[in-house]
Parts: sequence; C-alpha cells; structure tokens
Amino acid sequence: MAERIANDVARFRQIIRGAVKRDLKDYISRGELIGKKGRDLVSIPVPYVALPQFRFGQQRGGVGQGPGQLGQPIGRGDGEEPGPGAGSDPADHILEVELTIEEFAQLLGEELELPHIEPRGKKNITREVARYTGVRPVGPESLRHFKRTYHQALRRQLVSGTYEYDRPVIVPVREDRRYRSWKAEPLPSSNAVIIHMMDVSGSMGDEQKELVRITAFWIDTWLKSQYRDVTVKYITHDAEAREVDEHTFFHTRESGGTRISSAFKLANAMIDERFPVTDWNVYLFHFSDGDNWDDDTSTCVGLLRDELLPRCNQFCYGQVTSNWGSGQFLLDLFEQFENEDKLTTAEIDEKVDILDAIKEFLGKGR
Amino acid sequence: MVAQAEILDWQARIEQHAQDFGLDFFPTVFQMVTFEQMNEIAAYGGFPTRYPHWTFGMEHERLAKSYAYGLSKIYELVVNTNPCYAYLLECNPLVDQKLVMAHVYGHCDFFKNNLYFAHTNRKMMDELANHGMRIRRYMSKHGFEAVESLLDDCQCVDNLIDLHSTFIKRRVEVRTAADLFEERERQTARRLPASDYMERYINPPDFVAEQERKLVEEETSQRRLPERPERDVLLFLLEHAPLDNWQREVLALIREEAYYFAPQGQTKIMNEGWASFVHSNLMTKQLATDAEIVDYAEHHSGTMGRRPGSLNPYKLGLELLRDIEARWDKGQFGKEWDECDDFERRRAWDTGAGLGRQKLFEVRKLYSDVTFIDEFLTPEFCAEQGLFAYDYDDDDNLYRIASRQFPDIKRKLLFQLTNFGQPHIAVMDANHENRGELYLKHDHEGLDLKMREARDTLHSLYRLWKRPVHLETVVDDWNVVLTFTGSEDKDEKLREVDD
Repeated sequence: MAERIANDVARFRQIIRGAVKRDLKDYISRGELIGKKGRDLVSIPVPYVALPQFRFGQQRGGVGQGPGQLGQPIGRGDGEEPGPGAGSDPADHILEVELTIEEFAQLLGEELELPHIEPRGKKNITREVARYTGVRPVGPESLRHFKRTYHQALRRQLVSGTYEYDRPVIVPVREDRRYRSWKAEPLPSSNAVIIHMMDVSGSMGDEQKELVRITAFWIDTWLKSQYRDVTVKYITHDAEAREVDEHTFFHTRESGGTRISSAFKLANAMIDERFPVTDWNVYLFHFSDGDNWDDDTSTCVGLLRDELLPRCNQFCYGQVTSNWGSGQFLLDLFEQFENEDKLTTAEIDEKVDILDAIKEFLGKGR
Repeated sequence: MVAQAEILDWQARIEQHAQDFGLDFFPTVFQMVTFEQMNEIAAYGGFPTRYPHWTFGMEHERLAKSYAYGLSKIYELVVNTNPCYAYLLECNPLVDQKLVMAHVYGHCDFFKNNLYFAHTNRKMMDELANHGMRIRRYMSKHGFEAVESLLDDCQCVDNLIDLHSTFIKRRVEVRTAADLFEERERQTARRLPASDYMERYINPPDFVAEQERKLVEEETSQRRLPERPERDVLLFLLEHAPLDNWQREVLALIREEAYYFAPQGQTKIMNEGWASFVHSNLMTKQLATDAEIVDYAEHHSGTMGRRPGSLNPYKLGLELLRDIEARWDKGQFGKEWDECDDFERRRAWDTGAGLGRQKLFEVRKLYSDVTFIDEFLTPEFCAEQGLFAYDYDDDDNLYRIASRQFPDIKRKLLFQLTNFGQPHIAVMDANHENRGELYLKHDHEGLDLKMREARDTLHSLYRLWKRPVHLETVVDDWNVVLTFTGSEDKDEKLREVDD
C-alpha cells in the first residue's frame, strides 16, 4: 500500500522540482532566504502547479463566532484585487510550496550537478544530543510540563471530590507535577570548517558585498547538506585581517588598502590552532575585487602553495567587479596555479553569475 | 496502543449502544493503521485504491508535513460504503478509540439515511479500484503523460456538475418520430378558427407571417445545443466534446467520482454535527469510565475549539442539533410559538412535548447544510452562540465584524453554503457564432471569480473541447466575456451591470 502513495508523492516532487529548478536562478539570487538554517522552512512560490478551477475570488465576508464590537477587525485579507486586468497578475495563482533549506540545497545540487562530497578519511566524532521524548514525575522546574501537570491535578481533584463546579480552581500539589524527560542519543558527525575571507577595502561597495553574501550563503547551505556539522568562520581584511562574526562579516564597511596575504596568514593560523587537518575538512573561500597591492601577490602565491593548498580540501577565489573595475589578482592566480585541482576561481559580475560561480567552486566534489 | 482484541470487544459494545440510541447503519469495519497509512488513505480521500495522480501526492505531502510539525492529526476517517470502512490510528489510547468509534457510527448512520447520499454508490471502494485499474491500463496503452495531462484537465472542471440533477430531471426526454410528427401537425395549424369571409380579418397576413416566424425560431432553438443551459458541464462535454473513447471513459469516471463526493461537501455541518452529537451522548452516558472523562473532555473540546472569530462546522452543527432537540422537547415550534412575541413567555416556554429526539432523526434524514441552516437557525441561537457577520474592508485590507443582526448572519451563512461554495456555471451554446465554439455563462451572485484561475481553466476546457471557449462572467461590475482561442487569451467588456 505504501508504494502507491510513494509514486504519487514522487511525481508531485518531480513536478515541484521542475518548477523550482526552472526559476532556480531567481530564488538563488534572492536575499530573503539568507539567515535560514537547514531545517527552517522556506515558502517558495511555485507558479502553475496547483490545478486551476472556476472558483470564487476573495470572500467578501462570512460568518464568525465570538465576542467583539461592531467594526472590530478580526483578520487580514490577502489583499488580492480582482479586476479585468488582473489576469496578468501572477500573484494570485501560485502554490506556496514549503521546502526546507536542506531540500533546496539538494535541488541546487541536482540542478548544478554538484557531486556529493566524500569526506576525507577523518575520524568520526560522536556527540550526544538530547531528545525530549518522555514525561516523568520528577525533574527540574524549568522542564515542567504545564499541561500534563494541570491534567493530573484536575484528575485528582475530580476523583477526590475537591473540584468545585462553581469555582473551578485547580491547584497542583507536588505529586501532580510532571516534567519532560530526555534521552541522550549519539549522533555521529564528520566535521567540516568553512573559512570565508572577504576583502572589505574601500573599493568593495554594498552591491559587491551583497553578491558575496548570497554566494557564501549557498555555499554554506550546500556544504551543510553534505556534512552533519559545519563550522563557519569569517575573516575580513583590508590591509589587516580580523576574525569576525557572521553579522560583522556581512555588514561592515571599511576602507583602506588591500593586502590579501594578511587574510591568508590569519586563516593559516586558524587552521594550525583550531582545525587540525587530521580532524577537519577545510574549505577556504576568498572574495575580493582583485585589486591587491602589487608586492603582496607573490606573498599570497607562496602562502597558498606551501601552506594553504596542501591542507585544505579546496580553495576558491571569487572575484567581484567593483565600481573601479576588476583587478589583477584573478589573472595572477590563474597563471600560477593553472594545473592545481584544489584551486578554483570564478568571476561574479552580477547576480546571475552566482549560480555559475557556485558550480565552479563546488563542482569538483572535494 | 490498544490490543486488537480489546478494540473488537469495544466495537461490539459501542455498536449495541449505537443501536439502542436509535442509529441505523451499514455493517462497519474498523481497520487499525499507523499514522503513515492514515495519511496515505486520507490523501486518497479515504480510498487507498484510487487512480494514481500527483494531486494525491501533493495532499499527502501537506498532511505528512502538518502531522510532522504537530499542526494536525487525523483521528478518524470513515468512508461512505456498504460495509462502511473506518480507520483507527493504532497509537491512540483506548479513550480516543472509543470516542472515534462512537463518532464513526454517527457518520455511518448519516451516510445510510440522509437523503443527499441516497444516490451514491455504496460499492464505491470496488468502483474506485476499477477506476484505478482502468487509468493504469490507459497509462500503459496511451502513455503516462497523455493520461496524466487529461486527468489534470478533467480535474480542473470537475466542480462543474449539477448538484440537483440527482433529484430533478431537467432534460427533456428524447422525442420519438411519431411525437414529432404530431407536434408538427399541431403547429402548422396554428391559425385562429374563422369562417372564410372573416379569414382576412381574424388571421391577417402579417399575423400569419408572424406565427410562421415564431415557428421557425422555435425550431431553430430546438436545434440549438444545448436546448437549455446545461449545468452539468461534465456531462455535456462527455456527450459532445470530440474525445476518443478512452478519453471519454476517463472523463466519465472523473464525473462519477465528483458526484459521489459532492454530498459530503453539501452536508459537512450536519454530518459532523450529527456524529459529534452521537459521540458526546454515547461517551458521557455509557462509554467513558471515570478515569477517562478528563481525557475525553479535552479531546472533545479540542475538536469543538475554534480560532477566535472563526466558525467551526463541528461546533455549529452540534450546537444547532442540541438547540433543535431542546426546542422540540419543550414544544417551541409551530404556529403558536412563531406568533408569540412575549419575550418572557418564550423563554419559559415548555409544553413538555418531548419530541426532540424524534425530530433530530427526521432532520438528519431530510436536510442538507443549506436547508438545515435555512430552517433551524434562529435569532435566539445566533445571540446565544455569539455569531456575527463580517465584511471585507478594502481600505485597510481587514475583515471587520459587520453585524450581529440575525438576517445578516443567516444570509451570509447561506451564501457561503450555496452550491457548496462553488460558482454556478452552465453551458449556453455549443455552436457559438456558428463556429462550434463553446460558450459558458457564470451565473453571478455577487462574488467574482478568481481571474487568473478562470483563464487557466479555460485553457483546460479548450484542450477538451478543441475549439475556442468563452466564459461570460462579471468582473468589477462589468459583464465580461473571457475567451481562449487556443493561442491567446482575450476579454471583451459587454456592458456595465445595472443594479
């Protein structure tokens, strides 16, 4: 029996995926998904999936029940304006499909034909997660199950005859209290760390940061769908590099010169101290407009060749075009590392390039 | 989880109580299912044997998700067949199972006795399995995609049926040749009797000409297809659309299913109200033990609960039935009651008639939601239950409480229920402009159609009719004809609607 619905569900998913994939570029380059976590649901408006029928537009009213004065608002309409020209408005014939970010990452993977990533032979680290599965009569007050406690008290008062119908006050006593209880479940994890580095020098404007932000988000999302645990670290740099938190990474506005090697050095130090390659899969992403100080590039190349590349799964460089045009760094890297598998580069001029950049970065499945 | 044997034991007891209560039902088969199975069966509308289609998958996704997130849980599912099949969630505690079983017997009784279900096929479990098999066969013969897209198109129009056609014969029976000949005879002789010399005055030439013109007109109107507006659009397509045999078969079985499921939409309030009335009676009087009563009360009030401001059909149905029982028990009906306008006397009115239960059984037999509300909703009931009518306010996109007056509430409620919330649409002409184009008309009752969907539905109709299709409707107080020519959407404003 279960197979029957499985087929219909699969067909439905196929239709949805088709519709989402068609517009993937749009969804990807939209900012509002950012900040969602793996199991968060996102509503994706998918046009033309639900079957249309002749049916009424917005109900102009109805009947309700409950207290309230005349004129009191009881709910919000969906704001649809029927009109002779409304046929051209796509908003009113759309199925909102809810996908988790994880599912979205899968779609992204399928569409870009991203290979699944085989974690390098790192040891599996197990950690324990608490699952709240039961209820028991003892426990800390912070875990008190209010409803069950009330229930139990009501039951006791009814049975013992202390329940007053005219004055239905329920007073729980010690024995009535119920608490949530948990079980610890082992969860295997293989670890990955992503280090995002961004150039925040004067030439990187808001538009460039938005490009970086969206690209970084989808990279995180994809890698998170491949590893159970992903740690993400952020570095910003102009002439100096700093480790920052997520918010700062996406919001700072700095000015100053550009010394890319400072970021590489910091990342290198972080790997040394916190993410030993024996335990971690390391992904490095660097975004810049490529306008490095002339004498710095050779330092960068040296660092990459000797330190970073041997120790990371992949190093990706994304160059965004700023108001001042595109810099030299991309070409320099390309010349130096033409045959290096672990290093990939991409140019991101505008939002439509994001998808291609991601494919370029993650298409190797390292 | 409760053992199967215990459930069977309880089933026998509950069945006995249900019979003692006066219920009359088909044999009922309970099946224990897991919540995955329950979601699957529910996605197929209670019939796990139905034809394959992605819309069922879509429904399943919705159910599975809302279950997973704890938003909803299906406790009971019962289908209108003989024997009646009902599904129980196996992980439920005994008190829930008892409640659900009692509830199910209420539904079974309703299915068997309510007039609106009289025409439904009680062997639908087999029939739908046959449909499923046929569709699968067509799929392997004509290709999955072809059958699927036909099913899509059929489902787009499966609300265009004539709900009352099961009670009324609208169509003129096919006339025999002899009948026609006789009629013809009668018609040519349509002159007023007059002696020869008066002929010119009594039947002047222009009068005769007028008569002949009328005759010709009548004949052409008889040749018009359909002769009268046809609300059973599916039937009309079935008989006249240029479809292959297998396509016609598919359309026919979709139509059959639409008619089978329609009464459930027509009697939602009553059916649920009745089942809730039964379960609350059986549970509180016979079934629930002292230890279970709190759990029962919680579950029951959960079912009867509602979001503030909205209306729960279970609650409305149950309260209205209880109101009817109380009124007929106290004799609050009939001419004398209707004519009494002394508030105090009305309130204290009790003739000790004791007819409540008897009346209820009559009501569950004869009424649908529309007639039920029309007949039994009273001003007292509305006030007691705190019902109100609300309206949509364009200016700030809010729904506001508009009235607590009885006529307003009743009108709104009836409007929502008419034709179970579907627009009335009929085929007017199958040879529009003498070009074989299909002309439909929406009988506008104050609510516009969703434009975008209406257009897309026309596309589906076009694929079935294979010639341009038109829909006359009203948009923003204008009579408009929407057209799909096969390559483009058009609309033409006819005239402004005058109030």
